[in-house]
Amino acid sequence: MAMPQTDSTIATIDSGKQDIAVSVRNVTKNYGPVEALKDLSLDFPRGQLTSLLGPSGCGKTTLLKIIAGLLDPTAGDIEVDGKAVDGPGPDRAFVFQDFALLPWASVIRNVSFGLELRGMAKSEREDIASKYIKDVGLAGFEKSYPHELSGGMRQRVGLARALSVDADVLLMDEPFSAVDEQTRRKFQEDLLALVANENKTFIFVTHSIEEAVYVSDQIAILLPRPSRVSDIIRPTGLREKDSHSIRRDPEYLDIVDEIWDSLRSYVE
Amino acid sequence: MAHRSLLLKFLSAFLVFGAWEIAGRIPVSYAFPTFVESMGALARMAFDGTLLQAYTETLKPLAIGIAISAVTGIAIGLWIGLSNWFDWLFSPIFIVMQAAPLAALIPLLVMMYGIGLTSKVFVVCIMAMPVIVLNTAGAVRNTPSSLTEMGRSFQASSLEVILKIVIPAASPVIFSGLRLGVSAGFIGAILSELKITPTGVGDIITYSRSIADYASMYAAIFSIIVLAVLFLNLLEKIEHFLFEGNTRGYASD
Repeated sequence: MAMPQTDSTIATIDSGKQDIAVSVRNVTKNYGPVEALKDLSLDFPRGQLTSLLGPSGCGKTTLLKIIAGLLDPTAGDIEVDGKAVDGPGPDRAFVFQDFALLPWASVIRNVSFGLELRGMAKSEREDIASKYIKDVGLAGFEKSYPHELSGGMRQRVGLARALSVDADVLLMDEPFSAVDEQTRRKFQEDLLALVANENKTFIFVTHSIEEAVYVSDQIAILLPRPSRVSDIIRPTGLREKDSHSIRRDPEYLDIVDEIWDSLRSYVE
Repeated sequence: MAHRSLLLKFLSAFLVFGAWEIAGRIPVSYAFPTFVESMGALARMAFDGTLLQAYTETLKPLAIGIAISAVTGIAIGLWIGLSNWFDWLFSPIFIVMQAAPLAALIPLLVMMYGIGLTSKVFVVCIMAMPVIVLNTAGAVRNTPSSLTEMGRSFQASSLEVILKIVIPAASPVIFSGLRLGVSAGFIGAILSELKITPTGVGDIITYSRSIADYASMYAAIFSIIVLAVLFLNLLEKIEHFLFEGNTRGYASD
């Protein structure tokens, strides 16, 4: 897939080390008197997967929805490819925790729904949708309806819908938390392949430490009340490993322990 | 499966009509005719044109009232469901309308709008509209927020969110409101003909009661029930045509 913006954005990077796809600058979000996020800044490198990890109530989903443009921050800015965000845009696609599929629509209509909203002709969008349905392993289910699918298959439909609009940034809100353990492991392996093959930036919210360490290039630990980034961890040697041996790697085990030590005191 | 359900429908009709026939033959009351007598009167009125003439009269306020209630009811319901401000402004009106004893309001309506078609249309609307409005508003308000968020995240305009997500999601409850509203509208139409001026089917009921022709009276009542049932079936067909997904059952996650 062509990524024409790669060259043009290099100039906007101040650190000079990395190509930043999404940057969050001093974002504050208040719900009435409650401070959900306070002066939070975070960079998301292009082509990598960054996890937002933290105990429940730490505002990680709030941050994701602000990046998506679904919520407005009280203060601060979001930039995607150097452009300020003021609402949902074609450069970002969202994968929902509860799948958010239209129950009255077939798999193919659900997958092509994002393209339908962009006004693409029916035959064209269904061609694209069929390709992604095949990619996520649901070939043959195009005419099925969500209630006929298992939880894991429904989330594959949600993933195919997000992929089909070909956004540069994929926002995933605890996408695997509503599926069973075995399906979740398979999803995690597939996600590693997806990050390696598609030149997209993934922002991944999770409450599972193991999941975050397994899939991430960068893990941002959020601490609650009010939320701020307490630590950023970058596993260095895990990406070169085979997906089956990561969980036995000493670095993986050390990072999981380290994160648990830092979060332990915040879990009631 | 379809064959069996048709059989059960016939069985249920047979039980009801059989019980009617027996009750008429005992008789439970001097004023209660048998099923066969009533059907005889129905056939007679159907063939001599009485029924046709009566229904051209009765259907006028009924059709106008139901059309107004359905169109404005769904529109107002959508608006109430989408806007809190509108909810505060209008919900109380329809809740009061639903709770008000209609028969007590009829003299008021007659004073304001006379004894003609307008008053009768009003009675049909007062009966039919509240349940349509309140059902629609409730269904719209309960649209799963993740679905509307999904629409917005893929840059749907507000209109697209309403047309492609909110209305289809609310349609099963909107249609159940329509079914209740239409049934209430039929009651309103007959009530208005009994309480305002005796015309149409209401006239047949009042007149045949006054000359003790109970078979005709029950025949008229029977015919309006049949018409209401046929209309509700039509409504179901319309729902299946417009929102075919509604019959398929829903994912429960």
